[in-house]
Amino acid sequence: MARRRFERWRAPPSTYATHPEAREIVFDFLQGYDVLGAFWTTVQLTLLSAVGSLVWGTLLAAMRVSPVPLMRGFGTAYVNIVRNIPLTIIILFASLGLADIFGATMGASDFKVQGFRLAVLGLVGYTAAFVCEAIRSGINTVPLGQAEAARAIGLNFTQTLRLIVLPQAFRAVIGPLANVLIALTKNTTVAAAIGVAEAATLMKTMIENEAQTLAIGAVFALGFVVLTLPMGLLLGWVGKRLAVKR
Amino acid sequence: MTEVSVAKEDVAATDELVVLKSVNKHFGALHVLQDIDLTIARGEVVVVIGPSGSGKSTLCRTINRLETVDSGTITIDGKPLPHEGRELARLRADVGMVFQSFNLFAHKTVLENVMLGQVKVRKADKKQAEENARALLDRVGVGTQADKYPAQLSGGQQQRVAIARALAMGPKVMLFDEPTSALDPEMINEVLEVMQQLAREGMTMIVVTHEMGFARSAANRVVFMADGRIVEQAAPDQFFSAPRSDRAKDFLSKILHH
Ligand SMILES: Nc1ncnc2c1ncn2[C@@H]1O[C@H](COP(=O)(O)OP(=O)(O)O)[C@@H](O)[C@H]1O
Ligand SMILES: [Mg+2]
Repeated sequence: MARRRFERWRAPPSTYATHPEAREIVFDFLQGYDVLGAFWTTVQLTLLSAVGSLVWGTLLAAMRVSPVPLMRGFGTAYVNIVRNIPLTIIILFASLGLADIFGATMGASDFKVQGFRLAVLGLVGYTAAFVCEAIRSGINTVPLGQAEAARAIGLNFTQTLRLIVLPQAFRAVIGPLANVLIALTKNTTVAAAIGVAEAATLMKTMIENEAQTLAIGAVFALGFVVLTLPMGLLLGWVGKRLAVKR
Repeated sequence: MTEVSVAKEDVAATDELVVLKSVNKHFGALHVLQDIDLTIARGEVVVVIGPSGSGKSTLCRTINRLETVDSGTITIDGKPLPHEGRELARLRADVGMVFQSFNLFAHKTVLENVMLGQVKVRKADKKQAEENARALLDRVGVGTQADKYPAQLSGGQQQRVAIARALAMGPKVMLFDEPTSALDPEMINEVLEVMQQLAREGMTMIVVTHEMGFARSAANRVVFMADGRIVEQAAPDQFFSAPRSDRAKDFLSKILHH
């Protein structure tokens, strides 16, 4: 009984039965493709790269404001080199250049895992340069007196940065960081260049095999908007709530 | 051997808490501190006065090494100021500093501002740090504001919190760099009263201020600076009624008539 009612609730298939041509036009091109699976890979690429680039970008920013000239030099050089190289080349370099190194340990066992990890590595390395610059501009909004007061009560450089300067800097740049995160989400499509099975890779395959290219494009575009739009709105709201009042 | 020398230092340190010997400091071509010799005894309250740009702030900042010196020595309680590192951080904690612009940590509550140094530098237990912080906030009269953020407080309240934050470290000496000059007139007294109370309790204080009322009632000595030099030192009454140097006479006539 219950099952039958459930089946009736799932009525749409019978609709297609009465209007088979509608089903063909609107949905047929999705059949046999794991669109959700591909977007799930995109989400995983985004989340892992976001965490990685936030950590690495923060470390780079710390280096760029550190009193040690060698660290400052490294941070500056890294940012200026990495953000001026196209992401595709960085991802390809990660794949071609580093695959040998990683191949020895994990590559042979699972080629797909290796590609995914290399893509994350490339995305982290690239995005961190932008995270670093966003945070550095945030550090510049923190009045000098904050760090002086911190030093005056006996906090050392690392404590001053970690407890006083960075928390205020982060709050000032949540908006710009949201932009970096949105760019990162879209940049994950570059992982297609080394064959990671994320959304763009699947889209390419589908466009090659199916006739409805425009509809396919629209579905994937919508997918990305669904991912990035809430991200931007949420972080915008968080940024306003956490803004430091002076 | 070492024990003896340490003991000697302690004896020497009992009355001389802050000692500056031939301290020189440049900012590029500008000679901001010129051969500064200054000794401050334990429990003494010294007011530093002088025209703008004479190096008063720089003097304060070198005493807890927010600025480095080019030559000369500064000792706090017999110990020379170390260069960077852990040792310096510990010594800084012994020197409380109150800034003209308060500089309370903007993202932390008043209570957290006063607890932070105790927990992170003195490694105090959190509960104890909070108790101590609340007691200090009560003492400076802002106990009811503990859970607010600095921006929600008036300037006078913020400066009193800043004093509590410095006191929380248990400093041996307190430096005040024009603590009332950023305040609206009606808030100046509430801050000066806290400082006066502190002076009565025997705190060693170096205070850059042009508040002559405070200097007369709380200071043991007035140090007059001009162009990076200490031009004149005297007891407050003597300095204000009968300054010896022309620079001091000139300066006093200006601040008295405007
Ligand atoms: N960080 C700095 N770099 C360069 N010059 C400075 C710096 N800080 C202060 N000065 C200069 O040093 C002189 C003394 O400054 P300061 O100690 O602030 O004087 P005061 O507190 O007596 O007004 C001024 O001429 C000032 O412009
Ligand atoms: Mg000054």
